[in-house]
Amino acid sequence: MILLALELSHFTAAITFSFFASVVFGITQRNDPRSMYRYAAYCFAVFMGGLFVAGWIMWLLHH
Amino acid sequence: MANTETSSSPAQSAAAAPVSTMAMLAPLVGWLVPGAGHLIQRRWIRGGLLMASVLTMFFLGLAMEGKIYRPNTGDLLDILGFVGDVGAGGLYILGRMLEWGGTAISQATADYGTKFIVVAGLLNVMSVVDAYHIAIGKKP
Repeated sequence: MILLALELSHFTAAITFSFFASVVFGITQRNDPRSMYRYAAYCFAVFMGGLFVAGWIMWLLHH
Repeated sequence: MANTETSSSPAQSAAAAPVSTMAMLAPLVGWLVPGAGHLIQRRWIRGGLLMASVLTMFFLGLAMEGKIYRPNTGDLLDILGFVGDVGAGGLYILGRMLEWGGTAISQATADYGTKFIVVAGLLNVMSVVDAYHIAIGKKP
């Protein structure tokens, strides 16, 4: 069964993945709300940084 | 005379505490319904965010024509995928019952969908462990 045919770009899929994974990491890995926000933001930033670094590495390997 | 009193950390006292009904119920409910382990302990915002995150990941994965792994395919990678998928609990059971995620792949991004579904299960496992920690008093 297909609920709807969704075709995300690699970048959009990576951002979506990073956002929701960061929310869960923040909630489960820290104890107080302020730390949760900070840790979620940190995880999201690391995901995004890793995404761009990996992207540039692949670009360099390709050229 | 030796001092017999010992200071214990919250984690130690939590480990020594008898297993409560909530400590058994919260992980089970949280596994069956993502985020519900927190909701039954009145952690409304946390539970709601966890539920929204896991559900969105799972259904986005399905919408991208991701695959739901089955047990006993004999392939090691399929077994690992199955273990990840099972973490989603009730969503996995529902998906298998309604035969979701078994369609022929027609687009290149379907593999992303498969990963979204596996990660939704793994994130739910983290949520379940967190619900258990709250239930035993290890986490506020």
